[in-house]
Formats: sequence, C-alpha cells, structure tokens
Amino acid sequence: MKTDDRIHLARQGQWKPLPLIRDRRYRYALLLASVAYFCVAFLSIDVNWSRVAEGMSRAARFLSAFLQPDFTSRSQDIISGLLESLTMTFTSTVIGILLAIPVGVGAARNLAPLPIYLFCRSIIAISRTFQEVIIAILFVVMFGFGPLAGMMTLAFATVGFMAKLLAEDIEDIDERQVEAIRSTGARWLQLINYAVQPQVMPRLIGLAVYRLDINFRESAVIGIVGAGGIGATLNTSLSRYEYDTAAAILLIIIAIVMFTEYCSGYIRRWVQ
Amino acid sequence: MPVRYLDHSKSLATAKWSLKTRRQQWFSWLAWLIGVCLFILCWKLISDNTMWVFVEDAPKQGIDLISRMIPPQWDYTPNLWQPLWDTINIATFGTVLGILMAFPCAFLAARNTTPHPLIRSAALMLIVSSRSINSLIWAMLLVTILGPGLLAGILAIALRSIGFVGKLLYEAIEEIHPTPVEAITATGASRLQVMSYAVLPQVMPAFAGISIYRWDINIRESTVLGLVGAGGIGLQLNGAINTLAWDKVSVIFILIFATVLVSEWISAKVRKAFL
Repeated sequence: MKTDDRIHLARQGQWKPLPLIRDRRYRYALLLASVAYFCVAFLSIDVNWSRVAEGMSRAARFLSAFLQPDFTSRSQDIISGLLESLTMTFTSTVIGILLAIPVGVGAARNLAPLPIYLFCRSIIAISRTFQEVIIAILFVVMFGFGPLAGMMTLAFATVGFMAKLLAEDIEDIDERQVEAIRSTGARWLQLINYAVQPQVMPRLIGLAVYRLDINFRESAVIGIVGAGGIGATLNTSLSRYEYDTAAAILLIIIAIVMFTEYCSGYIRRWVQ
Repeated sequence: MPVRYLDHSKSLATAKWSLKTRRQQWFSWLAWLIGVCLFILCWKLISDNTMWVFVEDAPKQGIDLISRMIPPQWDYTPNLWQPLWDTINIATFGTVLGILMAFPCAFLAARNTTPHPLIRSAALMLIVSSRSINSLIWAMLLVTILGPGLLAGILAIALRSIGFVGKLLYEAIEEIHPTPVEAITATGASRLQVMSYAVLPQVMPAFAGISIYRWDINIRESTVLGLVGAGGIGLQLNGAINTLAWDKVSVIFILIFATVLVSEWISAKVRKAFL
C-alpha cells in the first residue's frame, strides 16, 4: 500500500497500522510458506502421550523437590563439582580473552591487511559454528575426562565470541584519534596502545565480565559429556532419580548466575 | 579527561603527567595481583584433576581422530534426513512455544506496562531462571520426566527461549517512545487499546527480529539435544560417537554445519524484510 493511499484512507477515518513486512508479495509468500510448513511439521511429530501421562507424577515429584531441595546428602559432590566449574570458568575466560585480543585486532578491517583479516575471520567462524558441547566431546576424546578438556572448550568458544565483538568494536572507533596519534609518527604498536586501546577498553571489560557469566552457564552443561564441573554431578543425580539433589544443584546454578549477572551489570556501569 | 599529575609540583614545566593518579595506580596494581593469584590457584586445581599422560599424547589423538573422520561415510547421509527434519521442527516449535510464553511475560516485566511492581519482580525472576539453565539441562530434566523424544526437545527449547526473548522484548518495551502512548491515552482509550495501538506497533519490528534471531540460535542448540535423548540429529551423533564411527560423525558435523549456515542465511533474509 502506498503512502498516498494510506493518507487518503486516514482522511476518511480509516486507519490501519503499518504492516510488518513492507512488500505485499513477500508478506503473503512468507505467510503461506510458514503455514504450509507448520501443517506438515505438526503432522510429522509423533508423541507418545501415554508415556507423557506417566511422566506427570514425576513432574509433580520434581516440582515438590524444588520446594524442599536436598543440599546435604550429596554436598561433597556438589561442592567439588561447583569448585571445578568455577575454576574452569575463570581460567577459560582469562585464556580465551588473552587469545581473543590478537585475533580480534587481526579481524578488524581498519587495522589489519587483507590476508590476516581473512585468517582471523575464519578462526572466528570456526569457533562460533559449533556448539560448546560438540567441541567438548572432541576435546574429551583428545585430552581425557576432566576439567582440562572443559577449560579448553570454553576458552575456544570464548575466542570466537570475544574476537568477533572486539573486532566490530575496533571497526567502529573514532578515526580522528587514530589520525592524531599517527600524525605524531607513532609506530603500529603505539597506535594500538594510545589510539585504539583506550577507546575499546571499557567495552572489552564489559564483554569479558559478560563472557564470564556465559562461561559459567556453559560449564554446567559440558560436564554432561565428561568435561568436568557441576554438570556431571547434575547428570548423575538425575539418572539416579534423586530429584531433590538435582533441584538443589539447579537452585545453586540459578543463584550463581543471578549473582554474576548483578555483579556484571554493576561492573559494566562502573567501567563505562 | 582531566589532566592528572603524579607529583604536586607547583609549576607545569616540572610536573610529571600520568594517565592515572597514584591511588588509581595502586588500585589497578592490586587488582592485577589478585587476578593473577586467582588464576594460578585455579590452574593448580585444574592441573591436579588432570591426567597429564592423556594430555601428552593429545596431538597424536587429535591427528588420529581427524584421520578416522576422513573420508566421511557419505552413504550414511540418507539415514540423517529424518533426524534433521526433526531437529528443525524441534527448533521451530520450541521457538513458537517459547515466544507465546515470553510475550505476556515481557509485558509484565517491563517497567512501563507492568500492572504491579510485585508482578514485575516475579516476571523478572521467571526470565532470569529460564536464562540461567541451558537448554541441554532443560532437555535432561524433561527427558527424565516425559521420556525421550521430540516433545522433551521442543519443551526444552521453549523453556530456554522464554528468558532470551522475554529479556530483549521487555527492554524494547521500556525503550518505546512515550508520545504515542500519551496520544492514545488522551483519546480516552482503555489499557488494552493503549497496548495494541501505542505499544505494540512500536515493539513489533524488534519483536519479530528477536524471534527470528532466537530461531536461528535454537537451530544450533537443537542439534545437540539428542545427546541427552531429546530427539533429532544429536541422537544420531550420540550413537555414532558411542560406536566410535568417526566417519559417520564427520558426515553429521558437515550436515549440522550446512544447516546452521542455511538457517543463518534465512534469518538474515527475513530480518531484512522487516520494516
């Protein structure tokens, strides 16, 4: 619908909000395609409803376990798993960021020559495509069970995440400061140190704290495939149907994530 | 930035300039010291729990792994279409269900549309708990409750999406322009009418973008849900890894990679079509 038509209709007292997709043909094609897909897909899903009905009593037990979580009977496992998760989180974030900084600088088009740019971008693409869990599986095969594999996984994922955002941030910096430093005859390293780094540092710290948060959440997951941490404990307690212990672990995870989220918000406000 | 001097000399000519005051220097030095100590401590904990014998032959293991993966066993591909279709369905239906639940949640959580501060904090609580638990953990829980299958996967993706969509959407709602709201309110519109004529049109593009973005993420996440029994291509992956059939694993990896690329392309295209 053209704007003139719209104004004409509005003068007659008829008003319609703007459609989400401007092009009408595109809009209807998309609508038709999604309806067709949903029909086909819905029919192809088969659910074992009797099994689901059976599970309802377990769901009730699980919910009631949340009201009285059992922190004590497996406290040893919970504490060691938690400690492992936290150490993995911290070391992997530090290592990941140290590796991500050169990659990020290399992936910024305004600083790096084309071959280096392409190389760094492909590192980022590889690290971002696959799920942490899949990488964890491969690293567990290579490095054996335990937190080392988990740490490597998280560090690997951190590199892609941080380097991508850092590169975008460097590409967005104020060019005038770079020009000013360059005109003093500064070398490349001095240019990075005095023109680029001060501009991206607050955001880099903010992202680092955010990534710490993400890494903790992920560290709870990769334990499922044997890469150490609280996930292993959670997996065991669930497969033993010890819902009260599982509820306790989940509550601890939620509490820590909420705590880190609060802290990271505070730190980011303080830095910026 | 104000110019700071290290020493308090009276004349500008003799004063030494520095970026930080002495106190800031001490503070940042202390922060670095604590950070490094913490890192060493954590590293020690990890290395105590590691079998270094395994790590020593890791390069050999890695090369061995890759050599087993090549060439991929291509004739395994036809068995993967059905699981791949299931994976896409898990992601799509999970996203739709998640959005349906996140939508009211976001309106209750936004400061300017919530009916009561108490309800707001409850909605925020829901959003945070949904976000803190990974979809794989949700899937693990749901598989023990509902049994293995697609339903557990769909619900896991849905429960995880609530937090993401809810958070981004309520932030979008809080950032809306207040003038249309005032204009509609001035006509004597009811609360619901204000919502649908002043708030909704403003957040709709953001909402559609967020949903498509989450769908894209969910495609990625649903590829691994099968590892804990929630259906889809992850189930095949799990089977292939357990039988050490690495040539099958590589086929699955390539397929996942292609699916993720296509979904990213679709999501970028659709987002561009929005207003």
